[in-house]
Amino acid sequence: MAEIKKIATRDSYGNALVQLGAEHPDLVVFDADLAGATKTAMFKKAYPDRHFDCGIAEGDMMAVAAGAASMGMVPFASSFAMFAAGRAFEQVRNSIGYPHLNVKIGATHGGISVGEDGASHQCCEDFALMRSIPGMVVMCPADDVEARCAVKAAYEHKGPVYLRFGRLAVPVFHEEGMDFRIGKGEVLLDGDDIAIIATGLMTYEALEAGKALREQGIRARVINLCTIKPLDEDLILKAARECGKVITCEEHSVIGGLGEAVCALLSEKQPTKVRRIGVNDEFGHSGPAVELLKQFGLSKEHIIEVAAEMAKE
Amino acid sequence: MKPDEKKNLMMTACRVRKGIIEATHSAKSGHPGGSLSAADLFTYLYFKEMNIRPDDPKWEGRDRFVLSKGHTAPGLYAALAERGFFPAEELKTLRHIGSRLQGHPNMNETPGVDMSTGSLGQGVSAAAGMALMAKHKGMDCRVYALLGDGEIQEGQPWEAFMLSHHYKLDNLCVVIDNNNLQIDGKIEDVMSPYPIPEKLKAFGFAVQEIDGHDFDQMEAAFAKARETKGVPTAIIMTTVKGKGVSYMEDQAGWHGKAPNDDEYAQAMAELDKKLKELEAM
Repeated sequence: MAEIKKIATRDSYGNALVQLGAEHPDLVVFDADLAGATKTAMFKKAYPDRHFDCGIAEGDMMAVAAGAASMGMVPFASSFAMFAAGRAFEQVRNSIGYPHLNVKIGATHGGISVGEDGASHQCCEDFALMRSIPGMVVMCPADDVEARCAVKAAYEHKGPVYLRFGRLAVPVFHEEGMDFRIGKGEVLLDGDDIAIIATGLMTYEALEAGKALREQGIRARVINLCTIKPLDEDLILKAARECGKVITCEEHSVIGGLGEAVCALLSEKQPTKVRRIGVNDEFGHSGPAVELLKQFGLSKEHIIEVAAEMAKE
Repeated sequence: MKPDEKKNLMMTACRVRKGIIEATHSAKSGHPGGSLSAADLFTYLYFKEMNIRPDDPKWEGRDRFVLSKGHTAPGLYAALAERGFFPAEELKTLRHIGSRLQGHPNMNETPGVDMSTGSLGQGVSAAAGMALMAKHKGMDCRVYALLGDGEIQEGQPWEAFMLSHHYKLDNLCVVIDNNNLQIDGKIEDVMSPYPIPEKLKAFGFAVQEIDGHDFDQMEAAFAKARETKGVPTAIIMTTVKGKGVSYMEDQAGWHGKAPNDDEYAQAMAELDKKLKELEAM
């Protein structure tokens, strides 16, 4: 079998911006001295008069973008997840979220797979922070195809959106022309023994785990949830009802992210046993991304292990 | 400025001050001190300087005003009401449940409010974003932002100042209300931002210093700002916190406290007396 193509979703972000920029003159991009890394430099090259560097001042950038949105533009404000969601949280909350301004936050370098830069840059709290803001859409695409769809959907959506992209090149498993809608998840693999709900780069791991589990006689339903908020409640409730056991997988702290969102939903509407795979309330550290992911249990092997244990319960 | 025009502005400012007292008294909370220090500025902007349409608050070509020191919303609301954006009666609903007049400005609820503010330091960045996009779109509207002197202890305004100079936002006019008081006392005792003009000059602004209660000086300063090309303008205005209400003047304690019934009556009597004096002028 040919090696699967790998693309980092930050590259997808840059490509999608360039493509959307051609059709939409109201699309403007702000960056905070990371255009080369966030890939907004691609947009800058194509449309230099619509790319504004704000310097290393993420809080300022978010409020500048809010002002730009109030002038009828559709700003994409970009930085690393740590600074977009973390440092600038209060600006996002008060200047974008509260007035519900049409700002799209393109946050790259999310999660532990930032790699060698280490804990200061490995943001595993962004879902938690952004989910807590009323009216904020939170998305974390799984591969290149989905990431480009998410950027387009974010542009078309009226209101604030947080998009998390990754630094690491990840397998492209979606077909071009996929049916993408904000707030809608998708079943990648059917089954009714256990539901594995994943987001971001964990989705491919979950899919591979699901295939491997099949060989062990465990029929896992693998669900990809790009949109963490608003949650696709129907899809999750149906899976919980039909499978009876749920595993969540995210490259994020187990506190406040997809896992807790699923737990909150299920505990209220469909009490179901859930195991959360994520970063277990600890900081990351430096190292090659792929090795870190394995070390922190963000791998298909760990998903298989947890699923096999759970299947016996 | 012609005497009649000045008299009218002074009378309007007096009514704006009455609105501030009315609103904060009714709310039993709010920030009268810094609203009163900026009352003349609100008046000048909304009755003389800015190109706006009270009957069409969202008119695209309008000049924008961002109250970066959002806690002085009563001053902005009183000026907006006086200018006809909404009925003056509504000022009494300030901070009440169901009111369009939130404790801090909300652009989605209050006609005439161009940006939601309240968390200090953020509004000026939004104003810079507006000015940047106005330039990008080739619009000739201007953007005004009012900051407190304590507010510039935050780091963010300086980030916004840097950006405003970098992008040559000569359509942006930043006003700093230098009433010299913040919650914990005199600003130089709490955390001195002085010297303000020198700092802004170093950030590349065209800086002007005026008496914030003198309409002639305001007229000259804003006219000069409009003619200044290539750099943003900062107008630092010396003001008296609580201006116009004798017992509130220059008292830090009136930063965020509402007048009780007796204090309300005294303030309104003082402002009514002032109005009569002006009328007779």
